[in-house]
Amino acid sequence: MPSNPSNHEFGSYGGRYVSETLFPALNELELAYAQARRDPSFEAERFRLLRDYVGRPTSLYHADQLSSSLGAEIWLKREDLCHTGAHKINNTVGQVLLARRMGKKRVIAETGAGQHGVATATACALFGLQCEVFMGAQDVVRQAPNVQRMELLGATVHPVHSGSKTLKDAMNEALRDWVTNVESTYYCVGSAAGPHPYPTIVRDLQAVIGEESRAQIRNRIGRLPDAVVACVGGGSNAIGIFAPFLGDASVKLFGVEAAGEGVHGQRHAATLTKGSVGTLHGSRSYVLQDEHGQIQEAHSISAGLDYPGVGPEHAWLKDQGRVNYVSVDDQTALHAFHQLARTEGIVPALETSHALGYLPTLVQQFKDQEPDAPPRKSHRGELARGLHVIVNLSGRGDKDLQTVLATTTSEGSASQITTQESSGEAP
Amino acid sequence: MSRIEQALSRAQSENRAALVAYLCAGDPDPQWTPALVRAAARGGADIVELGVPFSDPTADGIAIQQASARALGKGTTLARVLEMVREIRTDCDVPILLFGYYNPILKYGEERFAQDAADAGADGALVVDLPPEHASVLRGPLVQHGLDYVPLLAPTSDEGRVQQVANVATSFIYFVSLTGVTGAAAPDLRAAAQQAKVLKVQTGHPVAVGFGIKSAQDVASVARDADGAVVGTALIKLLQECEELPVAESKLTALISELAAGTQR
Repeated sequence: MPSNPSNHEFGSYGGRYVSETLFPALNELELAYAQARRDPSFEAERFRLLRDYVGRPTSLYHADQLSSSLGAEIWLKREDLCHTGAHKINNTVGQVLLARRMGKKRVIAETGAGQHGVATATACALFGLQCEVFMGAQDVVRQAPNVQRMELLGATVHPVHSGSKTLKDAMNEALRDWVTNVESTYYCVGSAAGPHPYPTIVRDLQAVIGEESRAQIRNRIGRLPDAVVACVGGGSNAIGIFAPFLGDASVKLFGVEAAGEGVHGQRHAATLTKGSVGTLHGSRSYVLQDEHGQIQEAHSISAGLDYPGVGPEHAWLKDQGRVNYVSVDDQTALHAFHQLARTEGIVPALETSHALGYLPTLVQQFKDQEPDAPPRKSHRGELARGLHVIVNLSGRGDKDLQTVLATTTSEGSASQITTQESSGEAP
Repeated sequence: MSRIEQALSRAQSENRAALVAYLCAGDPDPQWTPALVRAAARGGADIVELGVPFSDPTADGIAIQQASARALGKGTTLARVLEMVREIRTDCDVPILLFGYYNPILKYGEERFAQDAADAGADGALVVDLPPEHASVLRGPLVQHGLDYVPLLAPTSDEGRVQQVANVATSFIYFVSLTGVTGAAAPDLRAAAQQAKVLKVQTGHPVAVGFGIKSAQDVASVARDADGAVVGTALIKLLQECEELPVAESKLTALISELAAGTQR
């Protein structure tokens, strides 16, 4: 329940800025979720699915080559190894289980990159529920393989032609559908955004990423990491890996937004870096807006980060200074994409590539702060020495091949792109 | 008694429902809006809801979504809408309820909005995505400046919500006839009006019914039991067919008089 007089869950952020029609449904959801989380049989079923179906725990992989080239110990939390290829399934397994428990027969979802749509369609196929996914018409083109996957899984994909034809508009349309079919339908929100209780539900269901990472790194090096890095669009993979570390003051947290073509112009998606306080899709948070309070279109090469809002808990963490929110542009992300593919044999999602793209800047900052104790390659016996950074490798990049290949053809070869320097901004 | 309350009370004394006309400010052109509001008043609209366009109108169906996009495309802003109200007020006293979404008001500043809206001559505000639990930041300044705060109730609202909404309403309550967006087909307007009648007793406020009311016949089917009938999408669609302002004015006046005929009990 909202715990302060202003009825917001995260400081002055969060809340329920939605049509009156949805209030009973949000209350019902809040109650059903609280009951489910207290029910050992629900949690047992959820953990069984996360283990046997999703493939958890995912590994924490020490990226040897990347570590050598950056001069720091880089650990990749391999959410790309989850069933369906991204962290999104952690959330949908939980929410679709909840939908079934609530007796809902129809599940709707919004999707940007298509990963949440695929994860929702997958969970619905597993439980035999009807699934309809709203996706911006531009994203339908950008992420065609995911559209085909959703259809294979039995879901219906509705292209959304309004506004910027991306994630924002898909969420508008999902809210319109929900308000129309609220009695029969469960709305499976994919990001840590939306009206209360969604930001809390999504964080809780994604927190398994951080819980595992925290235990795994302690097991490997006997201490907590120095930094944790994740990309932020709406912010679900980031809040999932950050949440269990929030109380660990020694662990620096970095949320990396999409700077698109650069944060000094208009074509970016860096909501926390460049936005201001507003309301969008049911919660009060930071948004990209003009001086008249109209929401602006976001721009990123990555469909999953192409969103002018951000989860309300991130807004609160930014104001508290607990998480450093920074941004990385399209070119830097592409460079990191190619680098990971060639040096580690892992093709990351373009979303994730933004987190990877921030690493050179982050390592440099740590070196600048502690010039006498430069991060160095650790070896047996001194595993804990040096700078240890966990990156949430939130998804795999198969879905992005078309986008990346189009970029490399139009702008020269991949090796030319790798000469680009990081443009990540200091926190 | 506020201008909105007077309009409702006059309709009541004439044994009819009030006709509430929704127009999207700035659609199809900001220059047209004052003339269109006057035309609606001439046709017999008791109250005009003047829509403040927003980029992400999640409560609206396709007709009002497109109207909002056209209005924004022509440079309509909240400040500009207030200028339109000021212009309307030079020679027209139809009650004007500003109807929209919260973010433009949040950006403008709630206190400044209430002050400027009152100065311009507006009579109140209805914000579809600002529920009672978050409304005090806006309701307080509105009431302080003598403006009405009009909340919504929905078919899904339970007794607790009804009381919560009753406590914050200052003139009437807008009852959404259906679970859905503006312009959707209303399954049963008569039943919605009967529910409105029950809500009037429960809340002690007049209740107007909106969403899905398109014709004089629809107006007639809610008029006996509800205090007001709101028509929006049908007006937006009519205006879309008009290329010249004089044509739009006369067609709008004609349609509104036709709808007004349905308000008699």
